[in-house]
Amino acid sequence: MEKTEVEEQTKDEGQVVTPWQVAAKDSGKIDYDKLIDQFGCQRLDQFLIDRVHRLTSRPPHVFLRRGVFFAHRDFNDILDAYERGEKFYLYTGRGPSSESLHLGHLIPFMFTKYLQDAFKVPLVIQLTDDEKCMWKNLSVEECERLARENAKDIIACGFDITRTFIFSDFDYVGGAFYKNMVRVAKCVTYNKAVGIFGFTGEDHIGKVSFPPVQAVPSFPSSFPHLFSGKDNLRCLIPCAIDQDPYFRMTRDVAPRIGYNKPALIESSFFPALQGETGKMSASDPNSAIYVTDSVTDITNKINRYAFSGGQDSKAKQILYGANLEVDIPIKYLNFFLEDDEELEHIKKEYGSGRMLTGQVKERLIKVLTELVERHRRARAAVTDEMVDAFMAVRPLPNMFN
Amino acid sequence: MGQTYRASVRSIEKFSRSRKGRPSGFYVPKLFSVSPKPFFLSYLFGFSVLLFASHSKTQLNMGVTKDQLLSRLQELQIDYSKFEHPVVLTVEAQAEHVGDLGGGLSKNLFLKDKKSRFYIVSVLADTKVDLKVLSARLGLGKGGLRMAPEEALGEILQVPLGCVTPFALVNESARHVSLLLDQGFKSQERCFFHPLSNDVTIFPDPTYLLLLLALKASDLDKFLKSIGRDPAYVDLEANPSVGKDQPPDLASFVPSGSIAIPDPTENSTPSKGPSEKSVASTDIKSTKITANASKPSSRAQNAKDKPVKDVNPSGLTANVERFVEEILDKTSALLLSQITEETIKQHGAQLGTVLSNSIKSCLSSELNSTTMTFKNTAYTEGFHAGIHHHPKPKY
Repeated sequence: MEKTEVEEQTKDEGQVVTPWQVAAKDSGKIDYDKLIDQFGCQRLDQFLIDRVHRLTSRPPHVFLRRGVFFAHRDFNDILDAYERGEKFYLYTGRGPSSESLHLGHLIPFMFTKYLQDAFKVPLVIQLTDDEKCMWKNLSVEECERLARENAKDIIACGFDITRTFIFSDFDYVGGAFYKNMVRVAKCVTYNKAVGIFGFTGEDHIGKVSFPPVQAVPSFPSSFPHLFSGKDNLRCLIPCAIDQDPYFRMTRDVAPRIGYNKPALIESSFFPALQGETGKMSASDPNSAIYVTDSVTDITNKINRYAFSGGQDSKAKQILYGANLEVDIPIKYLNFFLEDDEELEHIKKEYGSGRMLTGQVKERLIKVLTELVERHRRARAAVTDEMVDAFMAVRPLPNMFN
Repeated sequence: MGQTYRASVRSIEKFSRSRKGRPSGFYVPKLFSVSPKPFFLSYLFGFSVLLFASHSKTQLNMGVTKDQLLSRLQELQIDYSKFEHPVVLTVEAQAEHVGDLGGGLSKNLFLKDKKSRFYIVSVLADTKVDLKVLSARLGLGKGGLRMAPEEALGEILQVPLGCVTPFALVNESARHVSLLLDQGFKSQERCFFHPLSNDVTIFPDPTYLLLLLALKASDLDKFLKSIGRDPAYVDLEANPSVGKDQPPDLASFVPSGSIAIPDPTENSTPSKGPSEKSVASTDIKSTKITANASKPSSRAQNAKDKPVKDVNPSGLTANVERFVEEILDKTSALLLSQITEETIKQHGAQLGTVLSNSIKSCLSSELNSTTMTFKNTAYTEGFHAGIHHHPKPKY
């Protein structure tokens, strides 16, 4: 019997990255180079970033500049088509397993918003409430409720309602969407699914039949109210790299049913406050910064729990400087501090010991507070009617303008 | 119909919040304490006050009365028996008076979470309720649940201290209160709950009797269904682990509407905008406005917006003048902060250009964010109008 993905990964590299499990080798750091080799995707190099800069006439997003989104599949083809005047659409999603979102959850959405604004293209957002119902054993009603609550936080990221369609699986699956699901399902044998996703004889049939649900939004014919007549429209999927297996399967199936392969642009993992080796866990509120955290919460969490690469004493710090490799505040600033020059300056000063941990943390707290505040203000302005409007099956007449 | 009345008065210990003995849900006003002698004097005082029934701050004349409740139970053909016992402080003491009636005594807690959502937790007297565990199971984190303040009893449940009961949900004011019932009730022949009460405070008084209704759990269900509530029984002693892979199992019990009670001690955040739809009284709104206005100035913008937005019952609207005012305020604040003696000396004639660049770089992302919100709000209003549009009939 074919070895499963998990078995293969553990044997070859020691680290395991699947949609349900992320573990580094020997509790160390994730080796992203090995991951790229193993998955078979490409590195996002400076050449591509410059190309994006040229095509969109605006500075590339922080996440591109800092290598947060570091891998891709066929992004070059998307850009080629865009240069020729052919548009594409974006597809991303969230599994609504909990009500409270932390900053790590927001990363793909922040990047997707940038892509939507920079390229002026439409976006579909899938809320996989059925997946969470099946994997987390929540009730259907609870998942539907969580999906709506998460939708509010997603909307607060600033998506343009005239270009965005949010849908939950429980509401939308059916019609043309379901027809594509069946087409995809027919192309994936049970053994193949077991190989990719690691299903066992004990897993219920819901899990086994789920992957097509996540695959199918990559095909424009799944959304007849949006893309009818545009069967050739390409799709770009910004996601975290652990979702790659789903889309590898999708890219494998696509040509067999006459569709374009979706392109991917993938991000690395957001570290927990306790460090790369720590796990962000819903039961430990101090492992991450939540969008509902107050200024006091953020200050406390960063000051007390953020893993520091600085030395134990001020004297040692001045002598040796900080270990930037493991320092969490520096990593977080890497994600969220817009100004490249300022970040370089901080890294230099901190690494050489001229700057202290406390100062770096102070800067981080300011940046995060501003971010969380802005998100909270935007979230407060999201009403149930707005969610209904985003989720309504309606035409988007100006989605490419 | 049985009637149990014990003539003996147990010495009543001074009530304290860090109580020994499990709370029976009876809260005795702290004015009255121990020994029998002042007790009887206060009894006279209390008795005469009870006659007037206008002692406390709130009038309960808006709530459903006890007689109305009893007649509704009769309409639903629910069999119940009435029992009486003197006011006591602990479940053990209560059991001494009515324990021989066989199980089913209830302990009722009225709880509140940090977002002003209320819960009635009704359990068998023996069931232990750990608020920390319950809080985690509801998805409120640790320590998210507290006992509700006394005012809430009167305002929301329309019951006096010591009489928390599932029957209080019949009141309109309690429509957002969530109810958790101990699954142990289902195995009892009958369960005991307080009916509603027109009285406002209860005094520890040997002659004053509290009424208890005994009915079958299935009949309680019937009643709850008749007021549009879905009775749900939960194992309240269970302690399942709550984590990333095991989400809070009672999360569906968290009410979606919150009730705004003027509570100056509470740390209310500005993000309560949408939930304030449920507030009807203008008094409560003005309390919220003053509470918001006292927040630090960095949130002044927000506080200014919030009360105005709340006036519209359907939620938030795309108000052009307010939007423009907000933009101009932010811009002028930035401008003023950047024009100082120093900067004039530093840049001289170039100050204009410098400032203009500064405004563009500092404000652009924030303004984009607020404008996108404005756009989305306007679209939503249009969409809403569209779906309710009555097309002209075409013949």
